[in-house]
This record gives sequence, C-alpha cells and structure tokens, in this order.
Amino acid sequence: RQALEEMRALYERNQADVSEAKSGRTDLIFLIRFRHCCLLRNQRCLLAYLYDRLLRIRALRWEYGSVLPNTIQFHMSAEEVEWFNRYKKSLATYMRSVGGEEGLDLTQDIKPPKSLYIEVRCLKDHGEFEVDDGTTILLKKNSQHFLPRWKCEQLIRQGVLEHVLS
Amino acid sequence: MSDSYFPVGPGLGMEENFLSLDDILMSQEKLPGRAESALPRLAVYLHGKDNFWRLSFLQGSKLEIPLWLAKGLHDSKRRIISVELPKIYKEAWRTVFSADANVVDLHKMGPYYYGFGSQLLNFENPENPEIAQTILQTFIARFRRIMDSSQNAYNEDTSALVARLDELERALFQVGQKGLNDFQCWEKGQASQITASSLVQNYGKRKLAEVDG
Repeated sequence: RQALEEMRALYERNQADVSEAKSGRTDLIFLIRFRHCCLLRNQRCLLAYLYDRLLRIRALRWEYGSVLPNTIQFHMSAEEVEWFNRYKKSLATYMRSVGGEEGLDLTQDIKPPKSLYIEVRCLKDHGEFEVDDGTTILLKKNSQHFLPRWKCEQLIRQGVLEHVLS
Repeated sequence: MSDSYFPVGPGLGMEENFLSLDDILMSQEKLPGRAESALPRLAVYLHGKDNFWRLSFLQGSKLEIPLWLAKGLHDSKRRIISVELPKIYKEAWRTVFSADANVVDLHKMGPYYYGFGSQLLNFENPENPEIAQTILQTFIARFRRIMDSSQNAYNEDTSALVARLDELERALFQVGQKGLNDFQCWEKGQASQITASSLVQNYGKRKLAEVDG
C-alpha cells in the first residue's frame, strides 16, 4: 500500500506541475476552483506520505537503536536522515535530564524485568562481545550464554540474540 | 507493524484528519452528482489525458466524482455541482439496515460505509438526520457480533469473519484480536520475554527476498 501511495503521489506531483505551468483562463471561475482542488489534493497526499515516513523512522529509533543499518539509510532522503539525527539528539537530551545524574535509558526495559541475568541464544554470528568485567564472549550461531540483561536487550531487539525461557 | 509505530488514524464524525492515510483513501470513493452549470473542458481531466475531444458537460449531466472533489466544488449556492446520495444511503437500503444489519456485506458496498456516510452529512440534504440515525443503528447492531468473533477466534483463519466488514469494523476486529493475543501471551508467561521487534523480523525477510530475487 505504501508503494501504491508513492506511485500515486509522484504521478500527481507531475500533474500538479503541468497545471501550474498552464496559466488558465481566468474567466472560468469553476475551472480554477477545480484545479485548486486538485492541487490541494496532491499536496495532501504528499504530506500524508511524508509524515507517515517520518512516523516509521521514529519507530525505527525505538526498535533498532541509534545506528540504522545501511540498507535502510539508503532509502531515506537527506532531510530524513537529518530529522532522524535531530530526533536522536532530542531523545538523548531528554533521557539525560530525566532520573538522576546519568539519566535513564528509556529504550531499555520495555517490558518489566523479572531478573538481572538472562539466558540468551545466539541466532547469527556477531563477532565478539565484551561484558562489564572485561571478558569477551564470542557470539557464534546457536551458542548459549548467560548474560546481564541490559547488555543483551539491544541485541535481542535487533534479532541477533534470542531470549530463552527456562 | 510494531508497537512504536503510531500512524494517524481516521477522523471521527464530520471532519477528516488531514494527514490520515485512511481518510485519504476513503475520500477517493466516488459519489454520483450532477453538474449545475456548463463545465467545458472538465472531461479532459476526468477521462484521462489521452482523450482530447473537447467535450463539455452540459447543464444537468450526470457525473461520478470522488469525494474530495465534491467537497471542494460544492458550495452553499450550488452553482457548480450538486450531489446525490449513493444508493446505499438511500431509502431502500435504509429499511434493509433497520430490518437486520448483520446480513449486509458492507465491504462490497463500498469499504468505507461509516466514514463516507459521516462525510456525506457535510452536504446539505433534507435526509441527513435519517442517514445519521441509520449509520448509528447499523453500527450498534453489528458491533456485538464483531466483538464476539474477535475475542473468540484465536489462531484461526479469520478471513471468513472479516470478509463482510467495512474498514472501520476491520480495525475494531484487529484491536480485539491483538488484545486476545496479548492476553494469551501473558497467560503463557511470554509477557516478560524480550522479543525481536516485528519491524526487524519483517526487514530481515525483505532483505532475504532482495538477495534471492
């Protein structure tokens, strides 16, 4: 559906340019009104499409974390990238101001935690992973680890690790 | 999508939400009307760019125009366009709805029965109070069944249930299903399990499709 909207928006944008280029005869009031309606409609479709994209990008920040994978960034326009960076910055400022000196990471603990350490299984190769006390763990496919929750949450949401319930 | 994507929903009542994609699709639905004054060259736009015959609409000729155009061109003095009600909002169908609203296939009758009906109230029409009443009564009559079916169909193929509902009812149905699924998840103890977001999963699938294709 998003693809359809995009096609329609582009086509209608062309149409709008054509209408604007034609300087219509001003004695036909209704025709001008009609064209005005069309232009408004195009504008509405375009705005709604762009706004929807922004909403999805915002959702990405909450789901994916602060760094987006390259393929997604490839599909975003320069303004969207800039919007994303500014949103990230505002979110970070806000998180720092809430709750204590170091601030509160709101993207952690989306579901209320039951324990400090959790059991995870690795779904994809992700290379090495460093834990707080300095030990590195090699994340290979299907290896299971027992790790502190806050470290893993990001990776689980990204699909690299899988939370295993005992 | 996933839990942090909140799209703009459709407007309630007689106003549409400007940025709502649902409202935009809904206002694309066509409406029968009549031209009140001669409209030269309008045919070019309505029949596509390849038809360049200089057709002009004479006064009183019939037109099918989308709702957004009808709203724009209609004004209180009715110089340009006058609209008629589509047949589903007319007297005959109104009696059908008052008899039994559950049997009507609202999806076939134009998938935006409620939204479109609410927008029709914007055009002055002596039948407006009856239309409003009918829409309300239809919704009340059908609501019970939607609620029932959405709360009791767990992990089943719901296409048979959803086929006859219009868009508003489908949205309600999905909300009901989501509530049911969440509850079952909680019962199974999966509420505390951190899962990869559905966004990520979909993205992963699409990436595979790109690599293959």
